[in-house]
Amino acid sequence: MSTFVLIWIFCMCVRGVIFTDLCTLSAMAEERRQKQCSVSLPTESMKAMAESVGVGQLQEESCAALSEEVSYRIKEIAQDALKFMHHGKRRKLTTNDIDNALRLKNVEPLYGFQSQEFIPFRFASGGGRELHFYEEKEVDLSDIINTPLPRVPLDVSLKAHWLSIDGVQPSIPENPPPAPKEQQKVESTEPLKIVKPGQEDDGTIQGKTQGATAADGKGKEKGLIRLKPRSTHELSVEQQLYYKEITEACVGSCEAKRAEALQSIATDPGLYQMLPRFSTFISEGVRVNVVQNNLALLIYLMRMVKALMDNPTLYLEKYLHELIPAVVTCIVSKQLCLRPDVDNHWALRDFAARLMAQSCKTFSTTTNNIQSRITKTFTKSWLDEKTQWTTRYGCIAGLSELGPDVIKTLILPRLTIEGARIKGVVEGQVVSNIDKIGADHVQSLLLKHCASVIAKIRPQPDLAEQYRTDYGYLGPMLCSHVMKARTQAALQAQQVNRTTLTITQPRPTLTVSQSGFSGSGGPRTPSIIKVPSSLTLMTPRPGTPSQPSPPATKYIVMATSAGAASTQQVL
Amino acid sequence: MAAVQGGPVDAVEEKDIKTEPSNDGCGSNSTNDGRAASASPGSGAPAAGAKPAAAAPEDQQTLLAVLQFLKKNKLTESVDILRREAGLPEDSLDLKGADSSAAGSGGDLGAADASSLLSRVTASSSAVVQAPTKAAGEDQPDVNVVLSAYSQQGDPKLYPVYYNGLKRFIESVLDCHRAELSQVFYPLFVHMYLELVYNNYESEAKAFFEKFRGDQECYYEDDLRILSSLSKREHMRGNETLLDFRTSKFVLRISRDSYQLLKRHLQERQNNQIWNIIQEHLYIDIFDGMPRSKSQIDAMSGSLAGEAKREANKAKVYYGLLKEPEIELPLDDEDEEAENEEGKPKKKKPKKDSVGSKSKKQDPNAPQQTRIPLPELKDSDKLDKIMYMKEATKRIRLGPENLPSICFYSFLNAYQGLTAVDFTDDSSLIAGGFADSTVRVWSVTPKKLRKVKSAADLNLIDKESDDVLERIMDEKTASELKILYGHSGPVYGISFSPDRNYLLSSSEDGTVRLWSLQTFTCLVGYKGHNYPVWDTHFSPHGYYFVSGGHDRVARLWATDHYQPLRIFSGHLADVTCTRFHPNSNYVATGSSDRTIRLWDVLNGSCVRIFTGHKGPIHALAFSPNGKFLASGATDSRVLLWDIGHGLMIGELKGHTDSIYSLRFSRDGEILASGSMDNTVRLWNATKAFDDLETDDFTAATGHVHLQDNSQELLLGTYMSKSTPVINLHFTRRNLLLAAGSYNP
Repeated sequence: MSTFVLIWIFCMCVRGVIFTDLCTLSAMAEERRQKQCSVSLPTESMKAMAESVGVGQLQEESCAALSEEVSYRIKEIAQDALKFMHHGKRRKLTTNDIDNALRLKNVEPLYGFQSQEFIPFRFASGGGRELHFYEEKEVDLSDIINTPLPRVPLDVSLKAHWLSIDGVQPSIPENPPPAPKEQQKVESTEPLKIVKPGQEDDGTIQGKTQGATAADGKGKEKGLIRLKPRSTHELSVEQQLYYKEITEACVGSCEAKRAEALQSIATDPGLYQMLPRFSTFISEGVRVNVVQNNLALLIYLMRMVKALMDNPTLYLEKYLHELIPAVVTCIVSKQLCLRPDVDNHWALRDFAARLMAQSCKTFSTTTNNIQSRITKTFTKSWLDEKTQWTTRYGCIAGLSELGPDVIKTLILPRLTIEGARIKGVVEGQVVSNIDKIGADHVQSLLLKHCASVIAKIRPQPDLAEQYRTDYGYLGPMLCSHVMKARTQAALQAQQVNRTTLTITQPRPTLTVSQSGFSGSGGPRTPSIIKVPSSLTLMTPRPGTPSQPSPPATKYIVMATSAGAASTQQVL
Repeated sequence: MAAVQGGPVDAVEEKDIKTEPSNDGCGSNSTNDGRAASASPGSGAPAAGAKPAAAAPEDQQTLLAVLQFLKKNKLTESVDILRREAGLPEDSLDLKGADSSAAGSGGDLGAADASSLLSRVTASSSAVVQAPTKAAGEDQPDVNVVLSAYSQQGDPKLYPVYYNGLKRFIESVLDCHRAELSQVFYPLFVHMYLELVYNNYESEAKAFFEKFRGDQECYYEDDLRILSSLSKREHMRGNETLLDFRTSKFVLRISRDSYQLLKRHLQERQNNQIWNIIQEHLYIDIFDGMPRSKSQIDAMSGSLAGEAKREANKAKVYYGLLKEPEIELPLDDEDEEAENEEGKPKKKKPKKDSVGSKSKKQDPNAPQQTRIPLPELKDSDKLDKIMYMKEATKRIRLGPENLPSICFYSFLNAYQGLTAVDFTDDSSLIAGGFADSTVRVWSVTPKKLRKVKSAADLNLIDKESDDVLERIMDEKTASELKILYGHSGPVYGISFSPDRNYLLSSSEDGTVRLWSLQTFTCLVGYKGHNYPVWDTHFSPHGYYFVSGGHDRVARLWATDHYQPLRIFSGHLADVTCTRFHPNSNYVATGSSDRTIRLWDVLNGSCVRIFTGHKGPIHALAFSPNGKFLASGATDSRVLLWDIGHGLMIGELKGHTDSIYSLRFSRDGEILASGSMDNTVRLWNATKAFDDLETDDFTAATGHVHLQDNSQELLLGTYMSKSTPVINLHFTRRNLLLAAGSYNP
């Protein structure tokens, strides 16, 4: 083979390799930090590329020589490309950087790779070869012409905000949350921090520079005393105002405002400082409203809990001791509303049970044992003979939300006993209407949750008689439910196979009609919820800084007329 | 290399600079004496004495080679100019007699130098002397010659043995010497590897590399990566990093005792291979006194070519500030006006006096007012100065107890395309350079940006009226944002002129462009770099500006010359950032070779080389009093330097990613740094500079001992929301402005 051809192949290879291995290239640049690169391209690539430009047989030696040369050149180009990345002040290597590096070497850049984020390489193997290739589909021109134009990307714009005012970073949406979630987690799970003696006072109280204090704590690890850091939750005037507005909107009468407020709780990054107040608000609110049987308010408070849990910047572990009792109360309380026969307090129990399950999943650790403690509590009151149907319902709901394993071990064995109890109510004579409704609900709840579990663990032939012997009174009904569940599962499986779509059942959201609402807090006129707006700067001179204000007085939201609230608490 | 006056010679000149980075800017004639003196008491070995002295004649050699080349190409005019510049006599072109006559005419070349020079010329086998003759013929003259130095024959099998032997020896010496001698490992490793590669022992080279790469200091990782990719002799050609290893000697600072130990060991063992490498490729700067500790060595090492030679930082630098121009008269007028407006005449008078009295005292460290010609102040400049002084009286005193407020300007929807930002001194305008080749200028005050009217419309204006400056503006074009089109590649550097009339931008397309902020059009495209221009910066007095790029040189330009006035060459890799000293007499450049150099604008010589960074330098800032320099690099550290003494005086650790911006507050109490880790950090600069213990010993030896007090100096950390901080700026009242693009 003449040298000319070799050189020509080489050129094609360099271009081709860049073409095909662009994706590995950027990875290479990263990887090389750890792994030392004596990486070079396989000779098969050279062969494949030679074939693609019409050179049939390439000798093994030429391949080896080519692959080394090409690898070296590619590394060179990658190094230059990194230079462009650094000067472009980016962390990501883009195809433009490669283009620029090629231009630097007087090589014509590769046209057509303009994708900024993702390079759509496909992988294929076959015939003992593995290939990465760039799939170029044939495009029908008329399609392109007929499709509407994409929206013009937004133009560059400039926006100013205060990063710091006299050394203190204001908590506005433009700034990151003052305490990132990881830090909150560390604080709550490892509360003891090594602090040098005499350091702790100025270390935490000094509100001047949050960053500096955090750094202080880290820097001063020479001291050997472990102290629990004292965290202060000072609220600025804006934050106090915000807290007031939010809490009023959450329990107020206007549903639209409530939705806005909940949305704000679920998304706002600066709520960390207010978290203790929110949690006290919820726990006090539940305590009072359970006594007053105010279903609507309880629902609102549970929705607040949900919103807090949804907020990605908050870590609630520290405040579970207040939140969990409140939630559990809403699950198992004997009476949650004024007219238990009419009002749908069952939905609240379901909702709260789901919240409970969610917090178990998120926060349960081997040290706090939340899940096992909760399970114990539920089972204990469920086993009690004298337990009311409402509480019984709550216990079962709470347990069954914890997952199929819990259902299998705790609920299924008791189905016979529970069935007998339900039978006693349904077929018995002198029972109150309330008991009857309760038993009905318990029955449908058990059927709903147990059927899917049984469908999974029980072998196929579903015989009503068999079920009756196994599960007693509920047996036949269970049997039909299980059969229904099986057909549904089969249907779903088919669909899954065909479309790879996961079908999620939308969870019912809780809303209460305002008719049954009799607010105890008196008429409220909540004004518009407004997040403290960012201080936008027009003139480049320091504005009046907002002084950190003393902690706000606690808002007592509900009139605490009833004193016997504590007896209702479960935990 | 001195200024070039013009003509078609330029291209040739630049090529030479690019291919021969061996002659540092510091190799001007005046330093010869010091160099020879320091080397001669060094050692018994004759070669060690001769080597350093040879560096200066190389300058002459290069010049002669260039002259010859020019003559061959019939560029007589250029020959004359160059000869005049270099002070060479007419007959110096006769190569045979050239060296002796050049040595004689070179004025300060001593007799000893001349004789050594002659001996070098006669030894025709010497590679360096061959260079000029080849230079005329070949396109890339140096490469072959340079590489041929590696063509030593030695048994490749023995290389690891040699290296191991040395390693064992160094591990066995006393603790105090070990750290110093360990410095030898890295350059030795590199050169041994290159020798193996050059002699085509590919597998041995690989084995050698794998075996010993783990021993090298972690901050050489980047270079090792480049080295590891190089495994064939063919690769060595055209690899710039590699050429640097060869052309510039790796500089080590070793105490006399340690050096003697090493020498004795190598001579005892007859270890010629290693001894040769040390002689050929290493420059050992021997000093008397205590050997340095590991931390002291680590603080200073890390650059591509070792530490700076001590002599390199000996030149006197006039770091003081220039006297403020007398603008008493207009100030009075202004005061009267101010009186009328505000009715507070008494308050202003004493302040003005204090400013005046301060400027009357001549700083002994300041350069002469006319050291370099500076542009005359225009009336508008004087007005601006008055505005500045007024604002200065309202300035907030900053300190640890009184931290600045920070206003963050986020560029939204920039799609990672924002590459450079600059603020005007009065903080009224922001300019951004973008990867899509555009430059955008925003007004951040209510005053909108307006263009000047067209020529036809301008004719209609009454030129005698008082508000003529207002009348020439076209109201119809008023807008907050103006976009400047003209570059054909990403814009990497941007700089406003102090009078806010011009804007400079440097780009990947190899040009620097000057834009008018009156007409919002491009006025000049300064060509010369030919490769991407990474940074540009206007002189604080206007008129001059400096640019630096991938071609490894920084250039000094004047706005009214389309060719550079000075070319600062000496960096071994890309010049990544450039900055003017507050007195406009010096220029600091940071580079990918991990050094910072300070250049004298007057004669183009390099007066300071600062080593110690472990990554490419991307940010530089002079303290307002001109005494100190701060630098930030991709190694996420900020280093502080004393310019007068040429010493490192502080290290600020805390950032977790590359630092792209640095700025001192107006009074110099606070240093702000912005980084890719999305934070702005504030450092107590006063404390950092006050804590400084510059006893005579430290100043004399340059051995710094840094205390690790970053945490005490850190005053605040302000996190932004996934917005890397690209630029920082203190307003005249000490409000800190930061800018970056939001990358969700």
